[in-house]
Amino acid sequence: MGTPVDVVVAAASRESHTRIVATLIRVTGDWDLAEDCAQEALALALERWPAEGVPNNPGGWLMTVARNRAIDALRRANLERRKLSELASLPLDPPAPAHDDRLRLIFTCCHPALSLEARVALTLRTVAGMPAADIARAFLVTESTMTRRLTRAKDKIAQARIPYRVPSGPALNERLPSVFAVLYLLFSRGYDADGEPAFADEAIRLTRLLAQLMSDSEVDGLLALFLLQHSRRAARRDADGNLLTLAEQDRARWDLDAITEALRILPSTDGPYALQASIAACHVAEKTDWTRIAALYDRLATVVPSPVVLLNRAVAYGYAQSPATGLAMLESARVGGGLDGYPLALAAEADMTARAGDRWRAVSLYEQAAAVAPSPAEQRALLRRATELSRN
Amino acid sequence: MKYMMFVCTDTEPETDESLVPDIDTWVDENDKAGRRLTGNQLVPPSSATTVRVRGGELLLTDGPFAETKEVIVGFDILECADLDEAIEVARNHSMAYAGRIELRPFHQD
Repeated sequence: MGTPVDVVVAAASRESHTRIVATLIRVTGDWDLAEDCAQEALALALERWPAEGVPNNPGGWLMTVARNRAIDALRRANLERRKLSELASLPLDPPAPAHDDRLRLIFTCCHPALSLEARVALTLRTVAGMPAADIARAFLVTESTMTRRLTRAKDKIAQARIPYRVPSGPALNERLPSVFAVLYLLFSRGYDADGEPAFADEAIRLTRLLAQLMSDSEVDGLLALFLLQHSRRAARRDADGNLLTLAEQDRARWDLDAITEALRILPSTDGPYALQASIAACHVAEKTDWTRIAALYDRLATVVPSPVVLLNRAVAYGYAQSPATGLAMLESARVGGGLDGYPLALAAEADMTARAGDRWRAVSLYEQAAAVAPSPAEQRALLRRATELSRN
Repeated sequence: MKYMMFVCTDTEPETDESLVPDIDTWVDENDKAGRRLTGNQLVPPSSATTVRVRGGELLLTDGPFAETKEVIVGFDILECADLDEAIEVARNHSMAYAGRIELRPFHQD
């Protein structure tokens, strides 16, 4: 028995959906039409392929059907000749990367004139082809709220005339953070202790696409960072669903393919994501080189002197030098109040305090951290450490 | 594509005045490039008059229709290819630093 047709359709659709939607938006300027035509092509494939067999070039077949649907719709709407003739002459093979419509689509969906929540929703719906109902569920809003959010974003693109274009020159560097913010939020949604892993997969797929479409060390850094964090997804919890620390995890359950891909693309530049990925790479090494991690955090702190970076730098020094050094650096990271009520700061202080020998103070700090932890899984992990310490 | 540029004050302006670009240069450049169709400063909203007609009766109010901390102190009408070009024009206006600028596209049929 061969591969079931619906599996082939799903694979071809995932592969072609973004390309079809991106191209039809460029030619017609109509986002809803582009999505509808891609959807109809998929429905027709599910109807025809089981009887007629899967075509040699499933992506080309889907693109032809979608394009013809768009031509029909525009004819009915009596649209001007230029768009129709451009549609009719669309090449069915992938265009050269410099003009890839998928990149135009990503930058338009992630335009900073749209709110972050609108950017995330639009990227998932249009670039990833995720149904509005699924996006709504993941972001805890009703489907009608999500549909309104998507409609409003598309209306703004049309009414304010947000260009369908990849920014060039210095504008590209200004616009990339707006794309990164969307990818990072998506990844976190999947990576959080009680999150939905499918979103981390989707974030990785989108970042990989971005890395294919453009050459930028921060894109590579972000992809490497996601891959390294995600490589441990199967090992992050024990059989009862409790979160495990890096040291407690079974390394045999780490995803070696993801780690290999990450190490291959890891850039050695000083961008925030490239540096974070280099740090993550140290954590998957056979033996953790804390001196190197501390040095990388020094570099990161000069680019992004945020309270969380300063906290992690203190932790690194706590291992590279001594718990006392780490605790002193944590105290200065706390100046300004940026770490107030932040459970990871309390957990880090607890860990260093325990290693400095003050066991009972460490237990109390773990309990304080658990009280402000955002998810039940993290709460349990912190309380477990408090219990272990008090038993020793 | 026409954009209305509302030039507004802001409660947290840029504190380093040396960064603020020159407004006359901005007007000259954008007039020459045909991107600025018209524009002007407005007197403070304390001199505003709000006009309504209800049941055929003219109702006048002394002052603006809404009291806010941030007020519109000027406007410009831009002709730009798209929002990105309008943002480029707006970001070089002195009040993007000293205040804030709101870009509103004209309605199109």
